[in-house]
Amino acid sequence: MNREDLLQGLKARDPRAIARAISLVEDGDPLSETILGSLDESRIEQALVLGITGPPGAGKSTLTDQIILGYRARSQRIGVIAIDPSSAISGGAFLGDRIRMMRHALDSDVVVRSMATRGRLGGLCAAAGATVRILASSGCSPVIIETVGVGQSEMDIIRLADVTALVLAPGLGDDIQAMKAGLLEVADILVVNKADCAGAETLAMDMEAVARESRDKGGSTEVCMTVASRGEGVAELLETVAALEKIYRQGGEHGRRRRHAHDLEVLDWALELLRPKLLEKIAKSGTNRTGDPRLKAAAILKGF
Amino acid sequence: MAEHPKAREWEERVLGKSLQRFPERKEKFTHHGGEEVPRVACPEKIDASYLEKLGFPGQYPFTRGVQPTMYRGRLWTMRQYAGFSNAAESNRRYRYLLEHGTTGLSVAFDLPTQIGYDSDDSMSVGEVGKVGVAIDSLADMEVLFDQIPLDTVSTSMTINASAAVLLAMYVAVAEKQGVPGEKIKGTIQNDILKEYVARGTYIFPPRPSLRIITDIFQWCSQHTPVFNTISISGYHIREAGSTAVQEVAFTLANGTAYVQAALDAGLELDSFARRLSFFFNASSDVLEEVAKFRAARRLWARLMKERFGATQPSSMMLRFHTQTAGNTLTAQQIDNNVVRVTLQALAAVLGGTQSLHTNSRDEALALPTEESVRIALRTQQVIAYESGVGDTVDPLAGSYFIEQLTDSIEAQASELIDTIDRAGGVVAAIEDGFVQRQIENSAYDYQREIEQGERVVVGVNKFQTDEKVRPPLLRIDPEVERAQVQGLKKLRQSRDSAAVQAALAKLGKTARSDANLMPAILEAVRCYATLGEICRVMRDTFGEFRDAG
Amino acid sequence: MAGRSKKYRVLIGKPGLDGHDRGAKVLARALRDAGFEAVYTGIRRTPEEIAAAAVQEDVSAVGLSSLSGAHLRLFPAVVEALKQRGAGDIPVLGGGVIPDEDLNALKQAGIVEVYTPGTSLAQVIEAFEKACDRHHQGRSKT
Repeated sequence: MNREDLLQGLKARDPRAIARAISLVEDGDPLSETILGSLDESRIEQALVLGITGPPGAGKSTLTDQIILGYRARSQRIGVIAIDPSSAISGGAFLGDRIRMMRHALDSDVVVRSMATRGRLGGLCAAAGATVRILASSGCSPVIIETVGVGQSEMDIIRLADVTALVLAPGLGDDIQAMKAGLLEVADILVVNKADCAGAETLAMDMEAVARESRDKGGSTEVCMTVASRGEGVAELLETVAALEKIYRQGGEHGRRRRHAHDLEVLDWALELLRPKLLEKIAKSGTNRTGDPRLKAAAILKGF
Repeated sequence: MAEHPKAREWEERVLGKSLQRFPERKEKFTHHGGEEVPRVACPEKIDASYLEKLGFPGQYPFTRGVQPTMYRGRLWTMRQYAGFSNAAESNRRYRYLLEHGTTGLSVAFDLPTQIGYDSDDSMSVGEVGKVGVAIDSLADMEVLFDQIPLDTVSTSMTINASAAVLLAMYVAVAEKQGVPGEKIKGTIQNDILKEYVARGTYIFPPRPSLRIITDIFQWCSQHTPVFNTISISGYHIREAGSTAVQEVAFTLANGTAYVQAALDAGLELDSFARRLSFFFNASSDVLEEVAKFRAARRLWARLMKERFGATQPSSMMLRFHTQTAGNTLTAQQIDNNVVRVTLQALAAVLGGTQSLHTNSRDEALALPTEESVRIALRTQQVIAYESGVGDTVDPLAGSYFIEQLTDSIEAQASELIDTIDRAGGVVAAIEDGFVQRQIENSAYDYQREIEQGERVVVGVNKFQTDEKVRPPLLRIDPEVERAQVQGLKKLRQSRDSAAVQAALAKLGKTARSDANLMPAILEAVRCYATLGEICRVMRDTFGEFRDAG
Repeated sequence: MAGRSKKYRVLIGKPGLDGHDRGAKVLARALRDAGFEAVYTGIRRTPEEIAAAAVQEDVSAVGLSSLSGAHLRLFPAVVEALKQRGAGDIPVLGGGVIPDEDLNALKQAGIVEVYTPGTSLAQVIEAFEKACDRHHQGRSKT
């Protein structure tokens, strides 16, 4: 696929071109700038970016599958970015989120892309943000970002979203306690999944309390109950998403989040682009491997 | 026998009764030279610990076996699983086997039949008749059992998600032969929970699947009282890569889920518990396997007694079928597989199995040839008639090593079952993927050990040879699929469509209600509704389970 | 391999109705541990679904596993489905219970490598490595 074919294909929503464009940008290929420069900015602005996060075992992928069904019933074209962690040792990754969404495999208006965190310091936001833009530009709305809510980089990713749903389930007690501090802050919707299981009511009451607290502080956090395995509560969840999107767009929150995400991506790209140059400078900075690393870093940056 | 009041009590009450009903195969079992082989060797001094952990064979906690005389009374059943592409071909083979003295058939179905698709479904392409016989409707089932008297033959069917439909077809064929349900004998595997974690032939989500299973329990307890309604299977869990401990834990955990589901559906424990049977794997670590079987028996007995309050000994007995471990067969130097199967079969017999299937040496390459199947059967016969291991009950009991390992496997499995219970039970653990992850981790660790040479597989990562001669293999003619699809087309044209539509509509209505599904399925089967049509109605009502990874 | 500048993306699929996924899962994990990004589709997929996923994920190789004897129908069908989606350049590798005499037919149908039980993971991973190398070279000519 040459450059022209790729750009033409992107405009024509060709699945191969879209997929290749994402890979090139993710790999930092020189073509990235051309690709990202060719995108339809107004489509990107109009698209909804929906974050779905939560601890392992909460049922995120199953819920995402049902959410796709819900949007497809309204003939919307959907993008899904499913993020899985890379192995710290090998750098490889097992990307298994797709398994639960395979029933949409033959639907050309459901574009699923699995993405590994690649252990990047930052960088992930740049790659995921670019993927959001490519998918949105190809007519996907919403673009869903699904990620495990455990690491810092996954938390940053969620800041790319216009609306974020945190998926929880009964029986995951300790994880939820540990997450309360961080993720509850970024969540707009607290989804109590597996609402038919024991302990769901207690969890829902806890979450209602959290939502009340948020609302007291001027937030608009909502609680939804779902049984993703049977699709129950998904329609209500989508209504809540739409309502929040409307509030955020009207009240200026949407713009504020987009600007924040934009800055985050710029910073991420800057670091991403800087990294090879820095590595080169460090390599050239002499064979002396003693002395204070911070002082050396400051010295190198003086040249910028 | 040791002198102990409990020993005397067992001899009089348990053994005596059993001997009256089932005399032993020989009056006297001896070594060459005439020395007599004892029936059950026991410690000289029987103490409380012995009675609690082992007891006597045929008595709680059944560590030493479920019958007082074990193979001295009757050898295990040598049951070889087989199925051949289409119904007519299979029928010929079954009749041949019956003419040669077999009394039990074991039917393998192809994957479309197991997953509820007709042979002409787009999902069935390439799979029709491949791993067993293709059954689309009662018409195929009539051919399969043509001239086979269902009042005397016992039939084991490896069928799970679509078990209710195949059982209904079996009952309908029997009816046409004039054989009432009370007389049909056999087993359906009907263990859906292990399909989600290991074998993959599920259709519906777990909860409606459990309803179908308890409907079968209930209907069979009234209409086919001597038919075994489930075979709770650890075999496939082990094949998927679990450890021995996980095999015991996940299988028994599944077992407790079925018992609980049946109790919740209002069934009486002792009315169905003795119709539960199990199915385990026998792998090559001989002593661990022997300990595993003994531990599984003791743990199940304790679960049934302590958790569910069973009172009848027959409700606490873990009776099981064993198959040697398919995953240990190698495609290299296939004759080595005969030796592997021998060790595994020996472990199953030393562990007290009720029936046994020995794999054929060429199964890592294709379906087995007739010659390979014969060697596999001969392997069992050598163990049965030449080795002498069946002449005394539970011969490894009392070995420090075996008893410690038995205790340890039981304790670890029991702990794993507790973990699952704390996480909300086995269905929740399956939906979460907990069980699948545990098995996957074990499978991966095992493979890594082989890769790194820590674990030797003879002929594979050590002692390799350059093989030039390839063995002859059995192939399934692609014509089978075409002919099967053709036959189905004809059936759809010749049957009473209005009756089929009415029966399917009724089935749909029943599925949406709480009523037992079996009568509606039977009615649909009788008017030649196809397996795929019946399962489609249930798919529409119950939904479909999709791989959870 | 962890130091490779570009990450190879591969897809492991199970076409047909066979549910024995031990080999497929072990391989996907081994690929991860060899530095690949391995997408797994789960069991019971049609050839078309596998091809569509391979295109969306822009993988450099597809690995298929089947133990039910349906490989002669299903593996070539995946190759065909990839071609129909303009992705005939993605190499397809296969494994499972496959008799020697089928190897030629599979290779003629475009399956680049076929592996039977007992093959070491290292050998399979090397084949993926090579297939991905070749695919990336073809890609960078654009």
